[in-house]
Amino acid sequence: MAVADVETPPGAGTVAPRLFSGRTILASGLLAGVIGAYVVLAGLYAAFAERWLIVELLTVSQALLAGTAAVAGWRFAGRDAAAAAPSFAVAGAALAGAVAGLVLGAVVLFAASYNLRWIFVSLSPPLLAGLRFGLSPAASLAVLAGAGAALSAAGALCRRLPRGWRRPLLVGLGAVVAAGLFSSLVQTLLSTNAVTARLGDLLYVYDGLLSSGAALVFAVAVVGAALRGWPAARSGVGRIMPPERWRRRIVVVFGIAVIVAMPVATNQFIAQVMTIVGLYVLMGFGLNIELGLAGLLDLGFVAFFAVGAYTVALLTANGALAVAHLTFWEALPVAMALAAAAGFVFGLPVLRVRGDYLAVATLGLGEIVRVLVLSDMLKPALGGSQGIIDIPRPSIGAFTLASPVEIAYLALAACAAAAWCAWRMQHSWLGRRWLAVREDEDVAQALGIDLVKVKLLAYTIGAAFAGLAGAVFAAMAGAVFPHSFQLLVSINVLALLVVGGIGSFAGVVIGSLALIGTPELLREFGEFRYLAYGIVMVAMMRARPGGLWPAAPHRPRREGRDG
Amino acid sequence: MLRDWLRRLTWVDLFLVALRIAVLLLVSTGAWGSLREARYSAEHWTYFVGFGLTMGAIYALLALGFTMVYGILRLVNFAHGEVFMVGAFAAYFTAVPLSSSGLAAGMPLLAAAVMLACAMAVAAGVAVGVERIAYRPFRRAGGYAPLITAIGASFFLQYSARGMFGPRSRAFPEIAMLNGQVTIGAMSLPRAQVAVVLAAVLVMAGLWLIVVRTRMGKAMRAVSEDQHAAILMGIDPDRVVVFTFAVGGAIAGAAGLFYALTFKQVVFYMGFFLGVKGFAAAVLGGIGNIPGAMLGGFLLGLAESTGPALFLEGFGIDSPYQLRDVIAYAMLVMVLVFRPQGLLGERLAVKRA
Repeated sequence: MAVADVETPPGAGTVAPRLFSGRTILASGLLAGVIGAYVVLAGLYAAFAERWLIVELLTVSQALLAGTAAVAGWRFAGRDAAAAAPSFAVAGAALAGAVAGLVLGAVVLFAASYNLRWIFVSLSPPLLAGLRFGLSPAASLAVLAGAGAALSAAGALCRRLPRGWRRPLLVGLGAVVAAGLFSSLVQTLLSTNAVTARLGDLLYVYDGLLSSGAALVFAVAVVGAALRGWPAARSGVGRIMPPERWRRRIVVVFGIAVIVAMPVATNQFIAQVMTIVGLYVLMGFGLNIELGLAGLLDLGFVAFFAVGAYTVALLTANGALAVAHLTFWEALPVAMALAAAAGFVFGLPVLRVRGDYLAVATLGLGEIVRVLVLSDMLKPALGGSQGIIDIPRPSIGAFTLASPVEIAYLALAACAAAAWCAWRMQHSWLGRRWLAVREDEDVAQALGIDLVKVKLLAYTIGAAFAGLAGAVFAAMAGAVFPHSFQLLVSINVLALLVVGGIGSFAGVVIGSLALIGTPELLREFGEFRYLAYGIVMVAMMRARPGGLWPAAPHRPRREGRDG
Repeated sequence: MLRDWLRRLTWVDLFLVALRIAVLLLVSTGAWGSLREARYSAEHWTYFVGFGLTMGAIYALLALGFTMVYGILRLVNFAHGEVFMVGAFAAYFTAVPLSSSGLAAGMPLLAAAVMLACAMAVAAGVAVGVERIAYRPFRRAGGYAPLITAIGASFFLQYSARGMFGPRSRAFPEIAMLNGQVTIGAMSLPRAQVAVVLAAVLVMAGLWLIVVRTRMGKAMRAVSEDQHAAILMGIDPDRVVVFTFAVGGAIAGAAGLFYALTFKQVVFYMGFFLGVKGFAAAVLGGIGNIPGAMLGGFLLGLAESTGPALFLEGFGIDSPYQLRDVIAYAMLVMVLVFRPQGLLGERLAVKRA
């Protein structure tokens, strides 16, 4: 059943009919419709329904559904065959979008008439009413179909625009979405000084981005992106900008400066978010050594974090469970040493286990530790499910690091120290041996690398980093409970490594900011973070296995010296 | 020859030997202590063994799914536990209307059949979907990509279920026929557990028939033994993979129903750790080995159930049942470290490096 069957001009060949067969359109539309229905049924729509992307104009939920249709159209028009017949591409996309809208509408109507709330908890009557627009069933279906068609066509049109037009448009849209989603963060940043505060008032209102603000952001972003692509402007700017080599370093330095300034510049909530991100960066460095450099997938990683935290707790707490009453700085090396020892003990039995089996074995070991810590058997020593409370904050001389901002700087300092250590190790003889082991254990062994020593060092050092993170966590939280040390933490760290780039330390920071920072900043999103992790992990492996900031490929030295 | 072996001995080998001895000592002292204390009566032991067999049946069904997929794809299907969970929810959503309309009470066998069919069908569908979306694109990719996508798929399913069905556990409706106890000889066991074990054995028998007697089953065995030879024989590996996932998923769905009947509740996070234990059972019996999976499942269930009473009591530990997970995971780690081929041996063409 080919739509464009009748009047195919001789030169266009069989390509056009194949793209625009009913099947392709139907399949695209169904997929988009199912995704839209999923967004509604899985509670994503309900969670974001109150949050404005652009105040009084577009909620995040509506944007999400609209985005689905637009992306469907984009992808439809992106197929190879569409290049031959652009107008058909747009028409086909519109049809697909209509199908998607109909599917969503059908699901909504079905859910409304047969009370499905006992199955899908988020299908509240107000939500369903909102999606029916208060119209008769046929009319609401028509509205959804029409909206789907329009958005999908828009997406297809966008795809078929020439590059010079397309890029600024996308940048503009992206800027508006970012400004709208992260409105509270941006507002806080803008309110730090008088100059930008005026800008903030212009763009935002308490609830979110104003429509005028959105237009402004869009305009600025589009102009900026257009200028970037414009050759004349490029050469002009190119004369004042530093050369390419320096650009990356400047970005990194600037990024570091921003990160260092943030806790003080913004409020306590952001400082706390940064502390948590910092802790995950520390753990990410540790797992990066184990997985990224040495190729050992350790899902029991949270156990080392727990050892570090509990050590600090047991050595510094004011309560009865404490073994000693040291200061944080005295307990810190002990915590790292004990965590490293735990890494050694974990690594020893599983030295000869590889691949998937290693992942499951370490998962088992991590769970054993968690169950033991939670158990009544060890309650007299570790506090059982009630944990250890009343852990004092660290102090330097007379100055106590009490507020979240100060703790954030502690975490940042720890991250900096760890980053330096990790960087040095990566580029040392040990780092090269790890890379060899990661690539092929048998060949590495044949080359004379002592697998036992190298693997155990990976476990030990990775665990030490996690122990450091645990120690800072104990100081930050003031109390440690077994519930903070579940497998989910290990999965978090793995996810941020995958997103940032396995083997790349800068990637760890990016991954942390993306996966840990974002859910903290978008509160409603917090419930769906693991859902997002799941999608992101699969998508990342599909689209960018190297991660967002991939590790530089290992280049052998050319001078002929021993590597 | 002994000198040769001594010369090649490393301190890691010594450590592993020491670990074996330590575990043996632990188990024997514990068992001796418990039996000497004789804290539990015959009735208690009957209950432990019965519960162990029930859990064992569920683990066995899960292990079968893992072992079949691993035998063909060399992939740990982390999402299998979630397929189990989906089956349990499907059974729940069928059971509620059946129960409230009175059909469950009036025609219990028909109601049970409907629930089982729904659970198996939905679970099989989800399993096939997961294979298509999360596993097939990465089949040729090496490294950790398949494992990471498996974990990602698992979390996606888990938290989708949470988003759709809510974070709280749901009580499975009562089936009147399964309440109460059944007396077999001198022992008295809960009816639900006996029914579950019997049904599970029937499902396993059905699977055995499929694998041994049908053409598709023969194709499965062929692909798991040597994929390339199977292709040369005209077998389409993709179809076999889909079939394997479907059958494994269906069995997991049945296991979900059985779990719901035993524990009378379903919740979104029930699948993950049961899946891990199911994998432990599969490895225990020998990965790729179907009788091995069944054996491993029952062994793990019994060990988990009788273990705390049998040898943790001997150490004078309070509430040893909290540590039953420790026993299960310790068994998993021990098997992976000391005998990765499992009790009945692996059935794979190329051994995992």
